[in-house]
Order: sequence, then structure tokens, then C-alpha cells
Amino acid sequence: MAIWADEKIRLLVQGITGHQGKFHTKAMREFGTKIVAGVTPGKGGTNIEGVQVYESVEDAMEMRPNASIIFVPAPYACDAVIEALDNDIKLVVVITENIPFHDAIKFVNYAKYKEATLIGPNCPGIVSPGKTKIGIFPNHIFKGGNVGVASRSGTLTYEIVNELSMAGIGQSTCVGLGGDPVTGTNFIDALDAFERDEETEAIVLVGEIGGTAEEEAAEFIEKKISKPVYAYIAGRTAPEGKRMGHAGAIISAGKGTANSKIEAFKKAGVKVARFPSEIAEMIKNDKKIW
Amino acid sequence: MKLLEYQGKELFKSYGIPVPKGEVIEKKDDFKKISNPLPWVLKAQVLVGGRGKAGGIKIAESVEEAERIFDEMVVKGVKGEKVRKILVEEKIGIDKEYYLSFFIDRSSKQYLMMFCSEGGVEIESIAEKVKKMYVNPLVGLQNYHLRKIPQEARGIAKNLFRLFIEKDCELAEINPLIISNGRAIAGDAKIIVDNNAIYRHEELPNEFVELSSLEKEAREKNIAFVQLDGNIGVIANGAGLTMATLDALNEFNGKGGVFLDLGGTDDVEKVKQAFELMAKANQKVILINLFGGITKCDTVAKGIVEFMKERNISQPVVARIKGINEEEAKKMLKDYVITANSLEEAAKKAVEVI
Repeated sequence: MAIWADEKIRLLVQGITGHQGKFHTKAMREFGTKIVAGVTPGKGGTNIEGVQVYESVEDAMEMRPNASIIFVPAPYACDAVIEALDNDIKLVVVITENIPFHDAIKFVNYAKYKEATLIGPNCPGIVSPGKTKIGIFPNHIFKGGNVGVASRSGTLTYEIVNELSMAGIGQSTCVGLGGDPVTGTNFIDALDAFERDEETEAIVLVGEIGGTAEEEAAEFIEKKISKPVYAYIAGRTAPEGKRMGHAGAIISAGKGTANSKIEAFKKAGVKVARFPSEIAEMIKNDKKIW
Repeated sequence: MKLLEYQGKELFKSYGIPVPKGEVIEKKDDFKKISNPLPWVLKAQVLVGGRGKAGGIKIAESVEEAERIFDEMVVKGVKGEKVRKILVEEKIGIDKEYYLSFFIDRSSKQYLMMFCSEGGVEIESIAEKVKKMYVNPLVGLQNYHLRKIPQEARGIAKNLFRLFIEKDCELAEINPLIISNGRAIAGDAKIIVDNNAIYRHEELPNEFVELSSLEKEAREKNIAFVQLDGNIGVIANGAGLTMATLDALNEFNGKGGVFLDLGGTDDVEKVKQAFELMAKANQKVILINLFGGITKCDTVAKGIVEFMKERNISQPVVARIKGINEEEAKKMLKDYVITANSLEEAAKKAVEVI
């Protein structure tokens, strides 16, 4: 098993004819993802990597996609997401970065109304090793297994997943939640799904400064999660008021500091690593227990 | 992008939100042109909170006094910020002061209206007295929301919400919202416009006044760059990995001076631009931490080597390269940098080499 994305995924790529769309269509296929159609308005009828390109999502529905990945540039991304949701696609992964907040908050709420799972925006996607990849993660770092990973940061996830795989610890699903202030799925959604996933035995959370998602996750862990949870938080040395790359990674009015997140996790019984590589060591040492 | 108070008040006027009569001046001579009768309220146009307490808001009873205050503000600055413009406003009678704002609430994924029957103070200090009302983005502000605040503030709240949406604001705040002779007037304006949405607002002033000159240059080149107060410049790919690298330095008693996220690039020129910025930032050591996915390691290595050949870099460069094409990259960099195999090792070496 896996959460949200498995071998039953029939993927639609919106924005397939762009540089990123093309490149990652190929990479996802190499990973084993079943890509059934692409969409780029104005480019319908063409072909990318053997995938048929359609004018609209409605037209592409003849290929029965059940998930969509968005590579559409920021000014048009909101429209593309709503088009997917209006065609009853129930899993939408938004890779695009720099989407205006008011657009993101609109489609995030619309996805909820449509009872769809929306991952991102500004995220690396979701991977269930051996089953499917809807995203831009490098293919070779993953290894199938029993650890679920949920992260707000892209490359930091590569770093941690790579260490896990090298230590012989495989992953059930890795999901990049995205670095923006408002995202579709958050830590609580991922924790809830991992708790119910029979295959997942332990959970890794990769957080960062900004917002209170980690503090809320800690509360949820205390109440609802029986599986061991490990965490790493980036931005312990970030100053207040400076946006550290991600739109969401900012400490404002003393809130959203790494320390408050680390404290909250520790209080909830979560083991917190000092370096990204420590996660793999911690799990390796504990694996005999769980 | 944060707007200065006078810029925010210009916006207010166009949305039918009343503001005190005022004019902006840049030099002392301009006081002679002010048509408002004395006394005046002089407000330094800077982007820092708690401006009043820091001497950035003063009342002048005469032109001479105004000139004295002008000199003082310009020489001293306010909370470390230079004062380039001063807003000269009429003094209005205050019967009551409220607080009103709209912003995006991350946890609930809703808009949030905050109202408080006490204004003019830092909102954090009266947080428990603040009324919070969630507004669903799919349906917008409703009349029932407005009925929860006093009658005289409702018109302004409605207009402020419209401005908040139409101008893509992260925050639209009026503190204080002044009630004077039964009329509501915006005493101050704090507007933060979402940088991601600036492309659709050519009508807004496009000045990044809050950035340092290097940060501005980086923004123009589309590189995430933040100046910090240490002496080790960090270049990594991805915001999370860059932050993690800065944190690792701290574990070995080092201190990062630059956060530079190279992002997902496969462009030699961009790498060189990043190095150019880093060279200007004058750091004691440059630390590169790369986990190539979209970004290819050999592309970055090529950029580094070309830059180092063209320009003399006096400071040592420590590099940890991992991911796509790392072997080629390591070979290319061998004679130019101090190599490391892990994030921890790289951080340790960077601190030791100072």
C-alpha cells in the first residue's frame, strides 16, 4: 500500500509541452508512472514523448486520467487547477512555484469543496517507490519500504530520502507538501493517511520555519498517531522578518520559530534530528524496536 | 512588497476609505508649500513597526518646529532606517481608536478579519481582546461578518476587503482606525502586496525599499538571496537545504553571512551570477552544498570553474557535491575547491578554514 498515489494512477500532465513538462514526463515514465494524456491549450493534437496532447482537460478525459500534475506557469496555474477539479480529477499535484497567494487559497478551498486531494503548490510532488511518481524528485534515490516521508522542502527531502535508502531503509510514500504559506495537504493530512496505511511503520516529517503547521502536527501526533515519528526542522539560525527562499519560510512577530517547532515535537514524543543525515541513523537504531 | 504609509493611503483614497489631509515632502523647503493649517503631524515614511515610539511621529505647532523635527528625523533615521520622505498631515480629533485588518490565515486556509475596539497600539500586546472572523475565499466577506463590528467601521471594512482582494494583499491593516466626530478615518496604512502577484499590478509603485542593494540585484536576477550577519556565504539548491546548511554551520560554531538558493537551474550563466553576488557580499569562506536533481552537478561545477578562472576569488571555497553527474563535477572542481563528502563535513571544513 501507499498513500494517495499508487499503481492505479493514470496521470494527466497539464503544461506538458513546456520545458519542465517535457523533461519530467520522460523522467516520470522512466520511473514507471502511467501517463495517459497531456494538455496544453493551443497545442492539442501534438505529441510529447509518445503522449497525446489535448486542447483541454475535458477532451483529455477520454483517456480516463484519475490524477493530474500541473507544470503550468504561475499566471495560468489557477485556471489549470480549477479546470482539473471541474473535470472531477480527485488528485491534483501542483509543481508550479510563485503562484499568487490569492490564487492558491482559492483553488485550495475549491479542491476541498470538490473533495479532491491537492498537493502543493510549489512542491516536488509525491512518490510511492515501485508504484508511481507524480513529481520532479530524482528517480534514483528512492527505495521501496515502510517509512512514510512528508516534507515542506524539496531538496532537503532528497537529502534525507537518499540517506534512508543508503542505510537500507525503504519508503512507502514520500510527499512534498510545498513551501508556500497555503498548501492543499499539510502534515496532519499526511500523518492521518500514514497512520491508516498498513504498509507504513514509521513516519518522517521534514519541517521548516514559518507558520504553525509543525506545532499543529505535534498536537495531532500526541492524540492520534501510534507509529514512531521522526523530524528535522530547517531554519534554526534564520533571523526574524527575513523570507528564507520559500514564501512560507518566514518568522514573523516571533511566531513560527524552529525552536517552538522542535519543542512541540519533542513534547509529543517525536525524535528530532540535528542534521538531516541523523534521521537515517535514528531509524536504523530504533528499527529493532518497532 | 510593503508599501509606505503615504502609498497605502493613496490606495485607500481610490477605494473610498477616508484618510487625513496630507502631503509628502522630501526637503525642508517644501514646508512652505503645505496648504494644511498648523499644527501638523509629521510622519517619517519608513517600513518599520513601532515608529511612533522610536521618534518617527511628531507634532509641529509652527513651521520652525517642523523644520527642526525634519532635520532630526533625517539625521537620526528611525530604527536604523533612513528617512527620505515625510508625510505632513492635518491633526484630527480622536474620539475612539479601533484596529482593523485582513490577511491570509495559513492554518485555516481562509482569509481572516481582525477587529479590536482598541487601536493605536501594537496588536500583539492586546491579542486577547482581538475579535477574529474567518472569511471563506470562495464566497468572500458577508454582511454577518460586518454586523460583528461597530456600525461606524463597517463601510471601511467592506472597502478594505475589496482592496485586499483586488490588489493581491498579504496584509491590509488600519491601525488606528480613528473615529472623529462620528466619522471613520484611516489614521495609518499598512499594506503588504504579494510579490508573486506584482506582475498583474503595474499601477502599484514598484520599489523594493526594504531590500539591501545586493538583495535587489539578486531579485532582478531571480535568485533567492538573503543577507545575514555572519561571515560564511552559503550557496545551495533549494531553500530547505540552504537553511539546513546554515544550521549545520552553527553546530560547529560558525555563522552564515549569506543565504543563496540556486534553485533548480541547469544554466552555467546563473551559477556565475550567483558567484558574482557572493563575491560582492564579501564573505570569508564560500560554502557550496549541492544535491543535484533538476540541477546537474557538472553544470554547476562548470559555472564555478569558469567564474574562478575569470575572476580572482581570494577566499577559500568548500564544496560538497552530490546527485546527477557528481563524478564529473568532482573531477572538474578538484583543483579549485576544498571538497567534502557530507553536509556535516562541509560545514565543519568551512568553519575550520576561516
